[in-house]
Parts: sequence; C-alpha cells; structure tokens
Amino acid sequence: MAKAADRYKAGVLKYKEMGYWVPGYEPKETDVIAVFRITPQQGVDPEEAAAAVAGESSTATWTVVWTDRLTACENYRAKAYEVQPVPGIEGQYFAWIAYELDLFEEGSIANLTASIIGNVFSFKPLKAARLEDMRFPVAYVKTYKGPPTGIVVERERLDKYGRPLLGATIKPKLGLSGKNYGRVVYEALLGGLDFTKDDENINSQPFMHWRDRFLFCMEAVQKAQAASGEIKGHYLNITAGTMEEMYKRAEFARDLGSCILMVDLVIGWTAIQSMSNWCRDNDMILHMHRAGHGTYTRQKNHGVSFRVIAKWLRLAGCDHLHAGTAVGKLEGDPMTVQGYYNICRDSFTRKDLPRGIFFDQDWAGLRKVMPVASGGIHAGQMHQLLDLFGDDVVLQFGGGTIGHPMGIRAGATANRVALETMVLARNEGRDIRNEGPEILATAAKTCKPLEAALKTWKDVTFNYASTDTSDFVPQVSVA
Amino acid sequence: MSETVDLQAELRGSGVAEVLDELDRDLVGLVPVKTRLREIASLLVVEKARAVLGVAGSKPSLHMCFTGNPGTGKTTVAMRMATILHRLGHVRQGRVISVTRDDLVGQYIGHTAPKTKDVLKRAMGGVLFIDEAYYLYRPENERDYGQEAIEILMQVMENQRDDLVVIFAGYKDRMDTFFRSNPGLGSRVAHNIDFPDYSVAELEVIAGKMVTVLGLQLSDGARQALCRYLELRREQPNFANARSLRNALDRARLRQARRLLETGRVDAEMLITLEAEDFLASRVFAAASTKSRPEEVPC
Amino acid sequence: MKITQGTFSFLPDLTDEQIARQVDYALAQGWAVSVEYTDDPHPRNIYWEMWGMPMFDLADAAGVLQEIHACRAAQPDCYVKVNAFDSTRGFETMRMSFMVHRPQVEAKFRLRREESAGRLVRYTLERA
Repeated sequence: MAKAADRYKAGVLKYKEMGYWVPGYEPKETDVIAVFRITPQQGVDPEEAAAAVAGESSTATWTVVWTDRLTACENYRAKAYEVQPVPGIEGQYFAWIAYELDLFEEGSIANLTASIIGNVFSFKPLKAARLEDMRFPVAYVKTYKGPPTGIVVERERLDKYGRPLLGATIKPKLGLSGKNYGRVVYEALLGGLDFTKDDENINSQPFMHWRDRFLFCMEAVQKAQAASGEIKGHYLNITAGTMEEMYKRAEFARDLGSCILMVDLVIGWTAIQSMSNWCRDNDMILHMHRAGHGTYTRQKNHGVSFRVIAKWLRLAGCDHLHAGTAVGKLEGDPMTVQGYYNICRDSFTRKDLPRGIFFDQDWAGLRKVMPVASGGIHAGQMHQLLDLFGDDVVLQFGGGTIGHPMGIRAGATANRVALETMVLARNEGRDIRNEGPEILATAAKTCKPLEAALKTWKDVTFNYASTDTSDFVPQVSVA
Repeated sequence: MSETVDLQAELRGSGVAEVLDELDRDLVGLVPVKTRLREIASLLVVEKARAVLGVAGSKPSLHMCFTGNPGTGKTTVAMRMATILHRLGHVRQGRVISVTRDDLVGQYIGHTAPKTKDVLKRAMGGVLFIDEAYYLYRPENERDYGQEAIEILMQVMENQRDDLVVIFAGYKDRMDTFFRSNPGLGSRVAHNIDFPDYSVAELEVIAGKMVTVLGLQLSDGARQALCRYLELRREQPNFANARSLRNALDRARLRQARRLLETGRVDAEMLITLEAEDFLASRVFAAASTKSRPEEVPC
Repeated sequence: MKITQGTFSFLPDLTDEQIARQVDYALAQGWAVSVEYTDDPHPRNIYWEMWGMPMFDLADAAGVLQEIHACRAAQPDCYVKVNAFDSTRGFETMRMSFMVHRPQVEAKFRLRREESAGRLVRYTLERA
C-alpha cells in the first residue's frame, strides 16, 4: 500500500492499493469471514476484483476520501486475503475476505446482510458474484439467542424419539374453506402423521380467513390427539402484512393450544428475529418456510448459497427449516443438501468441501435446527430418505398423502408404516440403501395402504441435472 | 453322500486353534489345564457341527470351577476361555466381568438382590468370573446376605445358560467345602479344572521370560541362587507361584540397585545383570539355615 | 384405536427377538437402556414410573429382556416402554422409545371443549 500522504491524495486508486488486498493475512479468532465466488469482467484481474468486493462490503467508495483519516481505517477495512481459481470453471474465482468484529451490530442479521451483500452484487466490474459460505466467530454467535426450541427440546415436548417426524402440506395450495381444510388435517393426522402444514401462500384470503383456519385446524388437531394418544400439530402460518397483525395471529394460535407456528422467509430478517423471540417467550416451535430463496440460491454463479441462508436462520432462530430432499421435485444434489443438514444439526460443523462447506463452524451451544424435507417425495423413497438424512428430520409428503388412491387417512398410514418399518430394519443392521425396496414390499403385504402407495408412485423420480453441485468431488484413491 | 463337516477346518476357521496355540506358548506348564481346554474346545466344535447338520441336542452347560493356589494362571485362562467361547459362538460377546463377594453382596436388607442382578446384567452375553467364591457363604453369621446372591446365581446358571457362563475360582479345599454346603451350585458346574503349583523347573522358565521382559539377564550364579531360592520358598506357606516369583525378582532388583550404587562406576552390562548375591540376601535362605519357624515372608 | 405412542406403534407388536435387536442397536451406540410403565398414557404424561434404574454399561440385550419380562409380569395392566438415553454432548436426551407391552383393554381419551369468547375453544383431554 502507498505511503499515507500518497494514499489519501484525491483521485482514483485501485482497490488493491487502497488496502483491501492483504495476501497472507491470518484471520483472527474474532473475525467474520466470507468466501465469495466472483466472475470478474473481462480485463479485471481477480485480486483487484476480490479487493473491490472487500472494499465495497466495508468502508470503500470508488474514489479516495480524506475522511478516512479521521478513523483507524485499517481496522474497518475488510481484508481480501486469498484468491483461488474455481476448479474446472474458466474466469471464476473463490475470494476469502475477513471482517473485523466491530463492523457488525450484535444480534442483527439485518445488519449482517446489509453489510455483506447490501452493496457488492450490483457492482459493475463483477459479471457475477455469489456468497458461498461464511464463518462466524464464537464471539459473534454468542450475540444471538438462536432457535427458541431446538431438536432436543422439540422431541421432548412431542415425546417422540428414534425416528424422523412426518408431515404433509395441505393440498390444494389455495382455495379450500376453513372447514374443508380442517377435514384434511384431521384425516392426515389420524392416519398417522405427526404434523400437517399450511403452505407458504396461505395467509388470509377471501376463500379462507386466518381465524377460521386456526379454529378449524386446532379442532382437527385436538381430535386426532385424543384418538391416537399422541401429540400432534399443525403449522399455523402467521405471515401477514405487518408485525402487529402477525403478533395478533400468533397470540390466537397460542390461545388455541397450538404447539407450533409457521412463518415464510419473505417476512424479512427483522420480523424473523422478532417472531423467534416471541416463540421463545411463549414456548412455541417456529417453522420456517424458505419461500422465495430459489430466486437467489439456485444459480451457482450468482446469488447467495442456501448454506449461508441456513446459517443466518440458525442464528436468527428458527426451529424447523426446509432444507431440501435431494430425491424430490425441487432442486438439490445429495451432497450439497447433506451440507445444509449438517449446518442445521451439528454442534460443530466441520469443513467439508465435497458438501460445499468451506469452514469449521463452532455453533457455541446454539440449539439445533430440525431440517424439513418437503417436495415431491413419496413412501417408495423412504429408504433413500432415511439413509441420506438420518432420524432428525421432518419428512413431508403432501401429495404423497392427500393423493393416495384409498384416501388421506390411508395415505398417512402408508407413510407411517413405511417409515417405522424402515427404521426397524435399519436398527437391526440391514442395508436399507440396497434392500429398501424389498423391505417396503414385505411390509406392504400386511398393509394395504402401503401396497397401494407403492403401486401408484413406483415409477416417479425427478431426475434432472442439478444446477448447484459441489466444485469439489472427492478424489477416488488409487488402489 | 450325506452332508459332512470338517472339524479341524472348523477349529482353525473359527480362530480357536490359534488361541489354543497362543496359550501353549504364553503359559508355561499347566499341562492338565491345557488338555482340558482343548477337550472343551473340541466339545464345542462338535456341538456346532451337530447344529449345522441338524442333529443338535440341548446346549451343554459350560459353567466352570478353577481351583489352585494364587499365581497359577486361573484369571489368565479365564480370559482366554471367554475368547474361545466367543469364537465358537457359545457366548455372544468375548467379555469377562471379574467380581468378588463384595461386588455381589450388599450391606443391608434388600441391598443384595439388585446388586447381584446388576452385576449379572452387565456380564450377560459373556463370562462372569467370581474369585474366591466361597466367601459368599458365611453360615456362622446369620445376618449375612451372601445366601441371597447364591440363590440368584443358581437361578441364572440354570435358566439362562444361553446368556451367561460362570467361572468360579479359588483354593481347592475351600471350594470343595463351599460346594458341599451348596450342592445346588456345585451340581451346576460342569467342568472342574485344577491348576497345580508350578514345578521349580517350570518356575525357572517363567523367571527367564519375566527377566527378558524386564530387559535384564541373570548371571550363572544368579540362576543357581534363584533355583535354590525357589526350592526353599515353595515349601513355605503362602507361596503364590508366579506372583511370588515376580516379587522375588523385584526384591532382587532393589538389592542390585543398592549394590551398584556402592560400586560407583558401572557399565551397561552391569546395569542389566542380576547377580547371585541379589538373591542370596533373601530372608528365605536365613530362615532355612536357622531352621526356625519362618515368619510371614514377603516373597 | 390403539394408543400410537413410541417409535414402532404402527407395526404389529414386536416379538422378544425384535425387541432384543433394537436393544442391541441402542447398546451398540453406547446408550443407556431403561424400562418404564404407566397406567396413564395421556400424551402429556411425561413421567412414567421407572422400573428399576437405567441400565448403563451393558453389552448385551439379555439383561434388559429379563427386566421387561419382570415388568410385564408385575404390571400386566400397564403400558410398558423401553427407552434409550444418549449422554453425549449436543444430545443429552432420549434417542429411542418404544412400547413393549399394552394392557388387554386400550385406554381411550375424550376431548373436552370449553367455549369462550370470540369462538375461542379451550381443549383438554380426559380419560374416557
């Protein structure tokens, strides 16, 4: 970097020369670190591009300013300290950038995102940019309360252990009246599911106002609970136009005895944190639907990776998070999806490049988020789902329950029997990945609903090339 | 041509032949014990073959009693027995839980049953080794709770032979008395194996192995002195075989250290050699020569 | 309709052999196994009666099955379940819980509704 007098002469300097490129910098324990995937424009060198990203996400502007000298500016400048080409992709680079802890307000995702992604992505010298991953120091993690309930306490409240939880989104997505909606809830819960779910766009519309839905749904939940002796729930979606309205709906849900609430990602970071605090104060589980994320998470070259969203949401504090199915109708390659699940469920997430995780992340005692697999999955895939994701997950079969030829109750039973059979077999030491179909077929002999489900959906798979796969394929060792 | 089983191949294939060979190598002497072990292994291989060929009978009882003086290898053999039983599929785990009376018997009413049951549960699937089992039986003390433990043991030995093998161990005469007073228990023990004291020649071989492990060597004089020592010590009370030998070697090392310090300048050879005087200084020799009643000797 | 609590209640009642295999799985993970029973299977009844202490340090299911048989014999009209507890950091909770015995007659619950203002209903379950 140029000497102080030269550095602050009016004019334009390269970002590299302004102090944003510090190769070999050792990030401190307390630094927040981000790794971006950048595609610089023709003629822009990657280190300059990385420095520009560092600059524009911290203190810089496009020309030198003397007011910098009123600050201890070295502290406030983000430091791009390493640039690596992306394996196999021409013109794309990974850039590591470290941020001083002082740059961020405690316990505010809004501030974090405004800082890291608020400015950089529209920057002309970059053709494209994607926030791939972030590392949060324990010092920063500790400023958040995190998930209000968490996997362990959720299971203790539901008194359900040893298997994934089962859910279903009510279909059709829109149009049912409150009473009919409640009927679907009742049938599905009675048949054997643990939860049913509002869809993301069910809030309060002319065909069904929210109070009606809440009243009819809770009647259904309570009846199913009484008949089965199990604790059941329905995720009541309290997303609304204003916070005041959301609080009103949340309170009504609580007064009706619901154990769980649901919000959509689109309410925004600030609202999410407020609702998380409210849920903690009122002992309710917070289910997060990641509505809208696909607009910016899906393309590998531009946007924000879902793994970063998952980290932000764990800090902000949700208990359930839709994180992908790998084998269903929505985007998600298995390794990448397992990466998201690890972020949700680990006490300490380890660096794992084939799963897209760039850093070790110590969660400093923050509770764990229960991932939710939802979207185009059915009972015939139970062995794959259990093998990929283990026990701490909610498996949601919306169409797979409601579209069952023998009815909703049978659909739910088919899913529950398939799941319990597969868990039993796995615990006995059987190879469910390969013997799964056979195990299901055997169970189907004594369970007509399961037999019908397997017959109806046996050929359904969603095999399209994933748009977002890992750049790091595990090396096959030479024997 | 009916289906056949190659028993030798079974023995080798299960890894048991290896365990028996290892036992032959690692334990000196104990010929009757090793013979018995091979017999039991053969019995188990035959049982297994019977099951394979579909002519199995009821499972044989495998509860055992090892009698003999301390230091004769009872615990070591019990461990190897567990491995053999496991490899031939007669117990599900190769684990040995080793207990004495205090682990089984409680201090107050109602304390014993849960304590015993707890130990049994932890041992299930493997082998329960009860050392000095006769201490369970104290007829002179009417408030003794050992009887309860004995009852529970008998029940399990009879009804849960598939889940647990019990091995008792202790002095022969006391075990005989114990089983006479508790015939129910004695009748459930299928194999009684006696562990004779080692001969002086056998003890010398063991000494040679111990000395090598310690990284030392015996001078010719030391070897003769040790032999004479063992002949004398063996006749005295409380001889604990290999353990007594070990103690004697440890005492000799102490004397060697004192001797070397008085010598001053030493080389490597001197450091690793035990000499005759390191053994001859033992009270065992003094006691024998004065022919007085030897008091409790330390080794 | 039977009370469908526990991990395997939608399957036919487990045989002793199946139970042993599940217990072996739990022991292999290093979890402590315990047996509990109750005559009150209300879904909010968290604290069933403990049948003896949780069993730590076991290597084999035989000991647990002994306790299950004893509990079934002593409490034939109760629900009996087997739990597996994981004390590792990050969990420190139950990892498995399944029924091993049901009374001859299944318990039934009745839903009691208390209507209040604005169509709000307060619900509670009582034994039928």
